[in-house]
Amino acid sequence: MSNNKEAGNRNRLKPLRILAISSAGGHWVQLQRLRSAWDGCHVAYVTSKAEYEPDVMEDARRREQRPPRFYKIIEANRWKKADLIRQCAQILAILIRERPHVIVTTGAAPGFFALLLGKILRSRTIWIDSIANAEEMSLSGQKAKSFADLWLTQWEHLSGGSGGGASPDRDKPDYKGAVL
Amino acid sequence: MIFLTVGHERSFDRLAHALDDWCRANPAIPAFGQLAALGPDGYRPTAYDWQEFLSPAEFTRHFEQASLVVAHAGMGTIITALSLSKPLVIVPRRGHLRETRNDHQMATARHFGRKPGLFVAEDDQALTATLDGIIARPPGGNMQKIGDFADPALIESLRHFIHAGRGR
Repeated sequence: MSNNKEAGNRNRLKPLRILAISSAGGHWVQLQRLRSAWDGCHVAYVTSKAEYEPDVMEDARRREQRPPRFYKIIEANRWKKADLIRQCAQILAILIRERPHVIVTTGAAPGFFALLLGKILRSRTIWIDSIANAEEMSLSGQKAKSFADLWLTQWEHLSGGSGGGASPDRDKPDYKGAVL
Repeated sequence: MIFLTVGHERSFDRLAHALDDWCRANPAIPAFGQLAALGPDGYRPTAYDWQEFLSPAEFTRHFEQASLVVAHAGMGTIITALSLSKPLVIVPRRGHLRETRNDHQMATARHFGRKPGLFVAEDDQALTATLDGIIARPPGGNMQKIGDFADPALIESLRHFIHAGRGR
């Protein structure tokens, strides 16, 4: 890097691409509460409910953000294996098209797939475990550990700790705050 | 008006039934339920109107118009109630009754049940007592209203991480 001014110009020319993904319902509500963290970036939202699209468009307009792109994927859970495979394929297609610099998710299955595939495609990845998991990290969150550059819980007592103790426990997630 | 919501993932017969019984005993208080896909054997309440699904706009309208919301212990519902400062009674789904895959809703209820305006009814019998109590003594305006965004420290950590990759 030659100097800061040049770096600044490059930042303006090539905004960061963010892909924010979650299943519908509570995970999506939590993801939306984080959205100001990627203000100024080019954002693509991915979820399983098409009805959320007007909300994100209206929010971007109201807060003077660039209109995000929006992708609807199929709904799937662990009892519907065929749907999980289809959902995973849809996410791969979206990632190849978007090539995000950063992928952020609050879970569950779609977020896990996005982080797994995103690591292969060299995105940087963030897992924020749902605040619903107050006594142990979600199963998908535990599995996402290997694919998450930033691996967070929303409960301090579940985290490995960073200050105070002798050394933080790397087998446990970090805690940086919560959506509430 | 009471608004019942069980989320969109699956029905919650035990709660739909318990509210039906309570409404039959309290006909002066109208209720509306969002019950998710009931399937052929799902419990169909008769003492209040219901639909399986609502659009996000209809959902918000019912939520805003209700004086009290009754729900499963789902985070989407809890966050919505806190952001609209709406009194909320939560009945956790149970793992051993196959209402969800494990008892994480019990954990949610334990950790959020102490917030002002939030009531936990651990089972269907407790729901009756909780609703009777709220009708007798409606909660005052002591609910804290949460803002639109997460903890600023969390937002800042994410923003820092997102932009830290720039230099590489």
